[in-house]
Amino acid sequence: RARSFASRRIYRQSQRPLVQSRMPAATRKQPIRLYSKAIFLGYQRSRTNQNPNTALVKIDGVTSKEETDFYLGKRVAYVYRAKKERKDSKIRVIWGRVTRPHGNSGAVRAKFRTNLPPKAMGSRLRVMLYPSRV
Amino acid sequence: MPKKGKTTTGPRGSRNEFLSKGVERLSRSASYSRKGKWAVKNKKAVVKTVAAKPVITKTLKNGQTRVISKKTPRWYPAEDVKRPLPSRKANARPTRLRSSLTPGTVVILLAGRFRGKRAVFLKQLASGLLLVSGPYKVNGVPLRRVNQAYVIATSTKVDISGIKVDDKFNDDYFKKPKAEKKKKTEAEFFAEPEKKKPIDKARADDQKAFDAGLIKAVNAVPQLAEYLGARFTLKRSDFPHEIRF
Repeated sequence: RARSFASRRIYRQSQRPLVQSRMPAATRKQPIRLYSKAIFLGYQRSRTNQNPNTALVKIDGVTSKEETDFYLGKRVAYVYRAKKERKDSKIRVIWGRVTRPHGNSGAVRAKFRTNLPPKAMGSRLRVMLYPSRV
Repeated sequence: MPKKGKTTTGPRGSRNEFLSKGVERLSRSASYSRKGKWAVKNKKAVVKTVAAKPVITKTLKNGQTRVISKKTPRWYPAEDVKRPLPSRKANARPTRLRSSLTPGTVVILLAGRFRGKRAVFLKQLASGLLLVSGPYKVNGVPLRRVNQAYVIATSTKVDISGIKVDDKFNDDYFKKPKAEKKKKTEAEFFAEPEKKKPIDKARADDQKAFDAGLIKAVNAVPQLAEYLGARFTLKRSDFPHEIRF
């Protein structure tokens, strides 16, 4: 069907995510981050076999095994978007916890309620500040 | 080991050691001398008091009393009767409070509606949850319960020694009333969800009354009110394991 320039523009605009700069000033709130950024490196593995039950996580700024002590037990969230709305939201979360350090350079192991999907490898994880022991 | 300056009375540990199962270190004569039995002047035998046998006293129809000894019954079940484990509810104690949490500590709320806000820790309630207040006028955090695990204690303290936290602010005060589960009729199912109820006036009044003292304590410290009004956030160069809260 013929799509006019105007109708296509309106369609494109509706697809753009609502970002701070496009929000009306009244609804603009200072975002706050209460989690550490982390990356899902991959599953626990040996050279040729991997165990998807345990995820390896690299937390930003943590470079040694001693530094990981703060993060042990903290909850981790893999946040992703889906096309279908569930419970009023297109955003979904897989929750897990940091279980133990991994290696000497600050990586950490985490176990999730359901295993992380392999497409999440290399993507952002959120290591929350709770349960807090401070 | 007996404490210095205290005379030990009653049962203490054995003065004799076991070298191995059933083999004691000291011989009979050595232990006799060690126990000091040679120094006891009164050689009368110590009479062991025998516990009285359990007894039931029954009153008969004619007013007389009859004493029956409570013997173990002749009948007992062939299979072992399972006994429920003793309930530990009586021993339940509130969660151990972290040493960094003292009344008056400014605390960062990590999750929930007020995440990132800094509030003043008042006291630990009987359930183990922490009672916290913004104060409300300063940052919108009301008198609220919060779990210790969802809180970071900062080193900033407010002097609330002059403030008395009323006993009425206990777990029951904050507990949500149990909502009755109703089976929704079809009409109710499609009806609009109920709007949020406005806040109880009594709660608002309690908050105001309590915060009056707290705000005074907060204003006594320079910039503390602004600090409590600001939210905590991690920035790019902030790594929580390096932050000294």
